[in-house]
Amino acid sequence: MARRKREDDGFGSSRQIKSPAAKVFNVVNIIFLLILGLICLYPFWYEICISFSSNAAVNAKRVYFYPVEFSMEAFKYVLERRPFWKSLGYTVLRVCLTLPISMVVMCLAAYPLSKNNLVFRARTFYVWFFFLTMLFNGGMIPTYLLVTGLGLKNTIWALVLPTTVNVFNMLLLLSFFRNVPDGLEDAARIDGAGHFRTLFQIFVPISKPVLATVALFTLVNNWNAWFDGMIYMQSDKYPLQTYLRTIIFNFDFQSLTLEERVRLAQMNQKSLKAAQMVIGAIPILMVYPFLQKYFVSGITLGSVKG
Amino acid sequence: MKKSSKKNGLKQFKRNLPLHIMLLPAVALVLIFAYIPMYGLVIAFQNFNAAKGIFSNQKWIGFGNFTYIFTLPSIWNVFRNTLIIAVLKIIFGTLAAIATALLLNECSVKTVKKSVQTMVYFPHFISWIILAGVFTDILSPTDGVVNSFLGLFGVKPIYFLGDNRYFRGTLVITDIWKSFGYSSIVYLATITGIDPSLYEAAAIDGAGRWKQMWHITLPGMSTIIILLTILSMGNVLNAGFDQVFNLYSAAVYDTGDIIDTMVYRLGLQGAKFGPSTAVGLLKSIISLILISSAYLIAWKKFDYKVF
Repeated sequence: MARRKREDDGFGSSRQIKSPAAKVFNVVNIIFLLILGLICLYPFWYEICISFSSNAAVNAKRVYFYPVEFSMEAFKYVLERRPFWKSLGYTVLRVCLTLPISMVVMCLAAYPLSKNNLVFRARTFYVWFFFLTMLFNGGMIPTYLLVTGLGLKNTIWALVLPTTVNVFNMLLLLSFFRNVPDGLEDAARIDGAGHFRTLFQIFVPISKPVLATVALFTLVNNWNAWFDGMIYMQSDKYPLQTYLRTIIFNFDFQSLTLEERVRLAQMNQKSLKAAQMVIGAIPILMVYPFLQKYFVSGITLGSVKG
Repeated sequence: MKKSSKKNGLKQFKRNLPLHIMLLPAVALVLIFAYIPMYGLVIAFQNFNAAKGIFSNQKWIGFGNFTYIFTLPSIWNVFRNTLIIAVLKIIFGTLAAIATALLLNECSVKTVKKSVQTMVYFPHFISWIILAGVFTDILSPTDGVVNSFLGLFGVKPIYFLGDNRYFRGTLVITDIWKSFGYSSIVYLATITGIDPSLYEAAAIDGAGRWKQMWHITLPGMSTIIILLTILSMGNVLNAGFDQVFNLYSAAVYDTGDIIDTMVYRLGLQGAKFGPSTAVGLLKSIISLILISSAYLIAWKKFDYKVF
C-alpha cells in the first residue's frame, strides 16, 4: 500500500480511486501511447532492417519487421567509398570549428545582455540590434550573394561563420545568466575580478546545464545542416548530409568509376541508401540520451522565451 | 548641465567598456551576416548583374522585378500553397501536441510514460534529408510499407509524394509526425506546473478524471496555448523549406511549390537574382508585419518579453 502511494505522480491519492471505466481508460491510453511511440520509431527501424538484409530479401519485399538473411554488404560498400569519408570529414570539421567559436561568442554576448538596464545603459540598443534580426531577414538570395561576395564560397567558413550567432540560443544563455545570484557576482567584483574573469570563472562553471543544452543544439544543427553545403560548396567538398542527399536522390552516378558502377548494379539501391541513412543518424542516436536530459528544460524556457 | 551629462555618459561608457568589447564579436557577425543581407534586399529593385557583385553599382529598375514576378502564372498558386500548408501544419500540429501532452499526463505507469516520451521526441532531431529518404521508401507506391498495409484493406497503391491530391496532406502529416512529440514538451511542462490542490479539491467535489481534465487541466493550459498560437502567426509564410524541397518533384508543383522553393529555383538555379529577391522581399515584409504584431499582442496581453 505504502509503495503504491509513492508511485502516484504527485496528484494525491484521492485522484487514484479507480472505477472500472477509469481502469479501461488507463489501459487504452497506455496502448495508444505505445502505438504512437512505435509509429515514431518504426520508419527508422525499417531502414535499419533494410540496411542489414540481403539483396534477395529486399528485392523480394520480405523485409518488414526484422532483418532477413542478415548481411553487412551495404555497409561494407558504403564504408569503402572515399566520398563518404570525405564528406564525413567536412561535417566533423565544421562541427569542431563552429562549436567552440559559437559557444565563446555567444557566452561573451549573453553576459552583458544579462545585466540590468541601469548598470549597462547601452543594453537597450544591443537588445534591439539582436531582436530586429528575429523580425526581419534578408532571405536566401542576398545571403548567398553576400557569402559569395566575401569570397567564402567553397571554404569551410561559409558553413561556419553565418551560423555562429544563433539569437535563440543566445536567449537561452541570457535567461540562465540572469538568474545567477547577484551575491556571487559582487563577491567576484570585491575580489577584484573584471567582467571577463567573472564570466569565465563564475558564470560559465555554474551554467553547465544551459551550456550543455546550447552545445547539443548547436551540434545537432550543424550535423543536420545540408542547404548551406549544397549552395556554397562544390560537390567534392559536400558535408555529410548534403552528400547523403545526392545519394538518396541518385545524383551521384557521375562520380563513380566504371568498376564501382558494376558493383553498384549488383547491390540493391534500397539497402545502400538505407545503410547511409543509418550511418548519417548514428551520431544523433549517440548524443540523444544527453540531449534528452537537457532539452526539456531548454525547450520549456525557449518556447516561452522566443 | 548638458555638458556634465555628456561627461557622465562618457564616464559610463568607459566603465562599461569591457561589456562593449564582449559584445563586439557577436555584433560584428550579426552585422555582416544578418544586416548586410537585409540591405541586400535592394537587389529586388535592380537589374542585378551577378558578375559585378553585391557591393557595386547596379542598374536600378524600380518595380520592374515585381511586375515581372506577377506575370508568372504560378505566383498566386505558390502563395496559396504556402499559406494552406503552413496553416494546416500550425493548426493540426498544435492540436496533436496538446492531445499528446494530455494523454502523457494521464498515463499512470511511469516507465511507459518515460519510454513513450523518448520515442516521440526522437524524430525531431533527424534531418529532413534522412527523413526524405525514409519517407520515399515507406510511401513508395510500388514497394512502400504504407501501401502494402493499405493493400491489406483492398486500397489501391497511392502515390503519396507524386499525386497532387495527396501531396499536401502527406506534407502536413509527415511534419506533424516529426514534431508533435517535441512540441508537446512545453504543454506537458505547463500541466506539471498546475497546482495539485486544484485536483484534490475537484476530486472531493466528485469530479472524475474527464471533468478534471476539462475544468482544470485545459483552463490551466489556456494561456500558453493562446500565447504559442499567437506567436506561431509569424510562421504562416514558413511552410517548411527543408521538408518540401526534399520531398517535392515537378509533378506536384501545383499543390506543393512554396515561396521558399520558388525563390530557390528562380534565384539560385535560374540565376534570376532580381525577381527572386523581389519574391523574398515580399515574404520578408509580410512576415515582419505578422511577427511584429504577434510579439506586440503577446507583450500587451501576456506581458511576454523576448529579451
